[in-house]
Amino acid sequence: MKLMWFHLMPYTELPEDFNQKHPSVWVDIHSSLFDPKRAHHMYNDFMDELEYAAELGYDAICVNEHHSNGYGLMPSPNLIASSLARRTTDTALCVMGNSLALYNPPTRVAEEFAMIDCISGGRLIAGFPVGSPMDTCYAYGQNPSLLRERYLEAHDLVKKAWTHKDTFAFNGRYNQQRYVNIWPRPIQNDPHPPIWIPGGGSVETWRWCAEMDYVYCYLSYYGYKAGLTTMQGFWNEMEKLGKDRNPYRAGFLQFVGVAESRQQALDLYTEPAEYFYGRCLHVDARFATPPGYTTEATQRAGIQSMVSKAANTASYSSKLSLKATNMKDIVDGGYVIIGSPDEVVEQIRHVATSLNVGHLMLLLQYGNMSKDTTKYNTRLFAEKVMPKVKDLFGEWEDKWWPRPMADRAAVPAFRPHVAAAE
Amino acid sequence: MSEPATTAPATTPPVTTTVDVNGHPCRVWTKGKGPKLGFLAGLGGLPRWLPFLDRLAESRTVVAPSLPGYPGATGHSELDTHLDWVLAVRQIVDKAGLAGADLVGASVGGAFAAEMAAIFPGNVGKLVLIAPFGLFDDKEPAADPWAQRKDALPGLMCAEAANWNELVAPPDGANSVEWPIEMTRASEAAARAFWPLGNTRLEKRLGLIEAPTLILWGERDGVLPPSYAARFASGINGSTRVENIANAGHLAYLDQPDAVARAVLKHFA
Repeated sequence: MKLMWFHLMPYTELPEDFNQKHPSVWVDIHSSLFDPKRAHHMYNDFMDELEYAAELGYDAICVNEHHSNGYGLMPSPNLIASSLARRTTDTALCVMGNSLALYNPPTRVAEEFAMIDCISGGRLIAGFPVGSPMDTCYAYGQNPSLLRERYLEAHDLVKKAWTHKDTFAFNGRYNQQRYVNIWPRPIQNDPHPPIWIPGGGSVETWRWCAEMDYVYCYLSYYGYKAGLTTMQGFWNEMEKLGKDRNPYRAGFLQFVGVAESRQQALDLYTEPAEYFYGRCLHVDARFATPPGYTTEATQRAGIQSMVSKAANTASYSSKLSLKATNMKDIVDGGYVIIGSPDEVVEQIRHVATSLNVGHLMLLLQYGNMSKDTTKYNTRLFAEKVMPKVKDLFGEWEDKWWPRPMADRAAVPAFRPHVAAAE
Repeated sequence: MSEPATTAPATTPPVTTTVDVNGHPCRVWTKGKGPKLGFLAGLGGLPRWLPFLDRLAESRTVVAPSLPGYPGATGHSELDTHLDWVLAVRQIVDKAGLAGADLVGASVGGAFAAEMAAIFPGNVGKLVLIAPFGLFDDKEPAADPWAQRKDALPGLMCAEAANWNELVAPPDGANSVEWPIEMTRASEAAARAFWPLGNTRLEKRLGLIEAPTLILWGERDGVLPPSYAARFASGINGSTRVENIANAGHLAYLDQPDAVARAVLKHFA
């Protein structure tokens, strides 16, 4: 299986009384809470951590896009990914991803992803999320009633821009461009970089991923227990559509804290976990359900059927209502897997096999976890957990993984003292 | 269009007909006697017939078409631009037999009533605008009706929260799955046309309105500040009068049906 190291880049210094004094971590979080000089260190620490994970042999490092968000400091994940492309050599770069409807014209995404693919020698995984209501409809002012149509059309445009050999005119409902002809073009051109779709539990998304042969990723913060119904819904739908159970069709996000013992893990990870589930997920419910964001089919499923349980768990409003914020409930609920290396191995094997997920995206930094603790967690997982779970799903081929070029450029180590002397 | 009933006791339901717009059905409710009067409803649309419309129907034939996406109508998903919306409303007005009739528009429906009077002046008689959408003032920003907690919305729509709750409550025998979806669809239809600020640049076209216009505003409108009334009044070319409705919120016709109906009928007399 693939073990991928994911960073949300949370602002780590939200005050203790944040939830009492502020209505939301997202959309209208107050600017006075943001200290750019502290953010300088946060960004650099976070990028060190991503690079460290690459050195330790994680299959991919992952970044994502959020706007006006106190737990996600990457309005442009492409900026981070381009830097990581220069500071890593073999690891896949998973940009999870660009919310297509937010880019005007959407060919900007085709261009920037092609740049990252070229710089990295073909290591890009291209994630195309619709984007959360908070990011798209509120922070970016997109019309919720048009968002999905615009997203789907932008997808068509980006894909055609990557694969069509000649300059073409795009005559879309929302986008019209006389001359589409992106330069540069992606290295992965057979036919294009792997496309992964992070989404909630909507049947339409599952069907679309199956039809397009894309990886479906369920990026919940609530762990494998809450994610089980969604992933079962996904696999049931795949079966209906006649698709195999190749676990690499799916990705799943899981928080983990590993230490020498369970008690030590509790000692280390309680504070950052409670910071994340308390302060970082303190989102005002008024930003959760812009009308039209959830399709009527999904609303109907949510009210009617058993799949509804999955759809409900996946909806932003019900996510907000889960709300366990103390470590005991966080661990009991499976939001964060903690324990000694062997205990974590057992749980990871259980997560992977019960959800049938070949791409496990690990959050080993969360909340206000320090760089030292993050590196400890990352190293211990790489050394003591990874070797005992890598064998899973060996019988399946991952057809959705980047295929880098063979003779990639050597990236010289950065030596500031040499640069200074020159 | 079927002929409306000639007598209108308060208890009788309206006559329901349907007109086609872009291949989608839009419900038209008709009730009353006397000259025709069109009503384009506000946020939430018309999930049920209203006491306000009964007051009007005592002396006028009330024709209340549902715009695309509002209760009784679909087809909002065909409409991508403001021009699409304006032309859809024009078709509905014509097909409902309202060409040349007096027109009342409230809230989101008020913005479209103003567009009709501005762009198709021969198509509208006299005009009443009840807290219409269409403008946005940076100094006095309108509230965001699409970013409200569930318990805050009724009090934002009406001075008396119960009046909104009564509007959207499922009637006996309503389909428990489809009813909430219809209510959300009405909100989506409004969002589709007015997201994010409610500003359709209507200000540019107010000068084209020649119809004598009464502007009504609930004194306790929590969505659009009552001061917006003066901006409409100064922009409109025809004669205008502004009246504030006491103890009324954004959907003043739900809070004060009698007072709003009296003002409308007086203006159209």
